[in-house]
Amino acid sequence: MHLHDVWFVLIAVLWTGYFFLEGFDFGIGVLTKLLARDETERRVLINTIGPVWDGNEVWLLTAGGATFAAFPDWYATLFSGFYLPLLVILVCLIVRGVAFEYRAKRDDERWKRNWEHAIFYASVLPAFLWGVAFANIVRGVPIDAAKNFTGGVLDLFSPYALLGGAVTFTLFTFHGAVFAALKTLGDIRERARRTAGRLGLLTAVLASAFLAWTQVHSGNPRSLGALAVAVAALIVALLCNRSGREGWAFALSGVTIAAAVATLFLALFPDVMPSSTNPAWSLTVSNASSSPYTLRIMTWVAGIATPMVIAYQAWTYWVFRKRIGTHHIPGPAHH
Amino acid sequence: MDLALAPETLARWQFGITTVYHFLFVPLTISLSAVTAGLETAWVRTGKEKYFHATKFWGKLFLINIAMGVVTGIVQEFQFGMNWSSYSRFVGDVFGAPLAMEALLAFFFESTFIGLWIFGWDRLPKKIHCACIWIVAVGTLLSAYFILAANSWMQHPNGYTIDPHTHRARLTSIWTVLTQNTTLVQAFHTLTASFLTGAAFVVGIASYHLWRAKRAQAAGRTPDTRERKKIGAMRSSLRTGLVIAVIAGMGTAISGDTLGKVMFEQQPMKMASAEALWDTQTPAPFSVFAVGDVAQGHNSVELSVPGLLSFLAHDDFTQSVPGINNVAKAEAAKYGGQPKDYIPNIFVTFWGFRLMIGFGMTSFAAGAIGLWTTRRKRWLAPQMRTGEDEVPRLMLTPHREMSTFFTKWSWRIGILTMGFPLLANSFGWIFTEMGRQPWVVYGLMKTRDAVSPGVGQAEVITSIAVFTVLYAVLALIEVRLMIQYAKAGPVVDEEPPTRDPRLRGPSGGDGDDTGAEADKPLAFAY
Repeated sequence: MHLHDVWFVLIAVLWTGYFFLEGFDFGIGVLTKLLARDETERRVLINTIGPVWDGNEVWLLTAGGATFAAFPDWYATLFSGFYLPLLVILVCLIVRGVAFEYRAKRDDERWKRNWEHAIFYASVLPAFLWGVAFANIVRGVPIDAAKNFTGGVLDLFSPYALLGGAVTFTLFTFHGAVFAALKTLGDIRERARRTAGRLGLLTAVLASAFLAWTQVHSGNPRSLGALAVAVAALIVALLCNRSGREGWAFALSGVTIAAAVATLFLALFPDVMPSSTNPAWSLTVSNASSSPYTLRIMTWVAGIATPMVIAYQAWTYWVFRKRIGTHHIPGPAHH
Repeated sequence: MDLALAPETLARWQFGITTVYHFLFVPLTISLSAVTAGLETAWVRTGKEKYFHATKFWGKLFLINIAMGVVTGIVQEFQFGMNWSSYSRFVGDVFGAPLAMEALLAFFFESTFIGLWIFGWDRLPKKIHCACIWIVAVGTLLSAYFILAANSWMQHPNGYTIDPHTHRARLTSIWTVLTQNTTLVQAFHTLTASFLTGAAFVVGIASYHLWRAKRAQAAGRTPDTRERKKIGAMRSSLRTGLVIAVIAGMGTAISGDTLGKVMFEQQPMKMASAEALWDTQTPAPFSVFAVGDVAQGHNSVELSVPGLLSFLAHDDFTQSVPGINNVAKAEAAKYGGQPKDYIPNIFVTFWGFRLMIGFGMTSFAAGAIGLWTTRRKRWLAPQMRTGEDEVPRLMLTPHREMSTFFTKWSWRIGILTMGFPLLANSFGWIFTEMGRQPWVVYGLMKTRDAVSPGVGQAEVITSIAVFTVLYAVLALIEVRLMIQYAKAGPVVDEEPPTRDPRLRGPSGGDGDDTGAEADKPLAFAY
């Protein structure tokens, strides 16, 4: 196996980590309006991810930085090509991060409501746009011989890409609802489970359609295997959710995300960004990658750092393993 | 094309706006995390309440600041690809590695352990809690180091070769990139300046509270216990801030001098333009003030100190220093084109350099004066000494206090100095980046060749507008919040936790899972 293949896998792992972790963060953000009935319930939801959302988001920065280091052309084509959607995502991530940190810093109704709107919309948009972005990556976009994106912004919103966006949006919201059921207590926990059940059905329909479309257009036997795992895990997650096995439901909705990402990356390989203009101009693992020396250095760094990161992030989840209920939410404190 | 709307002009404005803005928060994050960590350590070790209150107070301000630092940093990770895709392709093999290392080795540390610190007060034993903020502080240092290694490579490319097939830079030694003198000196200079920034911030806010307490006493109010606790926490903070300001200020000056020498050698044009030294001179003077006439290639008005520039460049008052016109001619001969293509914006570099030094050193001087005048015991007549929970007198000699007028202004300058290092940092970055122009990677790639060919004017203008408006609104929000919390002062009613939480236990947090304990509200919640 060549090092640029290893790095293709590592980039997929980083995006999987990102969608698994920030997936439920986005879901929680969406549920602050769909599920929570009052301010205390909104705070219960926000505080389930309070200690961890920032660490979760670093998976995105690492995916970005690692793509820059391992596949400079992929990084350059992707982010200059998907300019405006990426701008929207960045703005949302900025607003959302500040909203979490500042919402409770002033005891003023308007202030808090505004930040809550910010949390909701800044979760909805990226949850949708990431799906649009990945659908376009897999499907291929107009790329010229110099590896530059030549399309317009509207080219990025084809029916297939819109379906991709709908899938990530519903899948992340489902993942968030399952997470909420696992991390909360009382009435909101019950409602989170019921919401997860309904969202899961919708997700199953949309995700099956999208993955099948992907398989038909760009698939291969390996991606078919991952697709089967994704669909099966989603169905079992739904069943576990129904029978109240919250831990299993969450683990399996995570498997669904991982297998869906795997389906896309396996369908993509060995391209990293296919050109719809001319297949010969596609960016591939070999023509877009860094030199073997850089890849070797980065393999050492990632090989040592990634397990450490996973270990201390897992420890964080263990420290904050306690479920949160409305009675745990302190009054309007001045912190 | 109209130069004002040329792709590189727009992309540079966007990079300048987002980066200078981001770097308002970075130095405070670096230094306040360490200050908070130091204060928490003092509390854990001594058990003194004032350190607990000071930790909580500065920790709160630190969190308001780091929230902005983190989110504005996201843009930095992606905008190379968005606006500078040709640059990204050309340098990715070299430049991407430190960026990825920064994310893997530093961002994860910072962001994971900051969550543990914020929410962990009632979950973690206090020693582990304190370790978390230290890990955050170390993470910020690592982060700065990696990104400065990347920037240093743009100032002085090293440890690479140009690939004969792709004509792009290819990394040959990561060790060289991470340890070349440009990287080390630049990291030293940036970090000491960051600590000067945090120190001035602490001095400013502590001065505000102490000066207010002093005035209240002058008006005849006797401080109650709460007021005394507040004064105690602020007094310790003030002294801590002053000590850091003096040490970091000295470090900034020394590292700045070293960096200047490195730059005279590696980028003579930058330093010549910092001095508006048009023609090579032996020995070269340091100009205190100058108005340049770019078209004529000389200064129309100038005030200078003979020989000083030679000394700054070579530690020798007599040596020659190359001038702008001479370097420009040499670069034009080497890389082609007209000499004027190689001259950066002299007005910006000349004044950026002076304002950087001026604002930075003013804070350093204020720190040194403050450290002397607020001393508690040493060289003070016994009747002039003040207790730990009293506002210090500003003492000139063992027996002589400053006059009322100077006392008033000293405290006011203490408050004002807060903003100076922030300005110095911004001018420093503007100087060093503008002084490298027309190059984006010195000697290898010009800025105009670095932009994204596929990104249109409309897209860049949209994103500049969006970021500028968003950042302005967030600045208003952040500053208001910061002022609100800074003015409120430490919450001295808060009791330090009496019992150390145990990590293990059925539900986390408190060891005994009795109903009352398990139902206790969170110590901190969003």
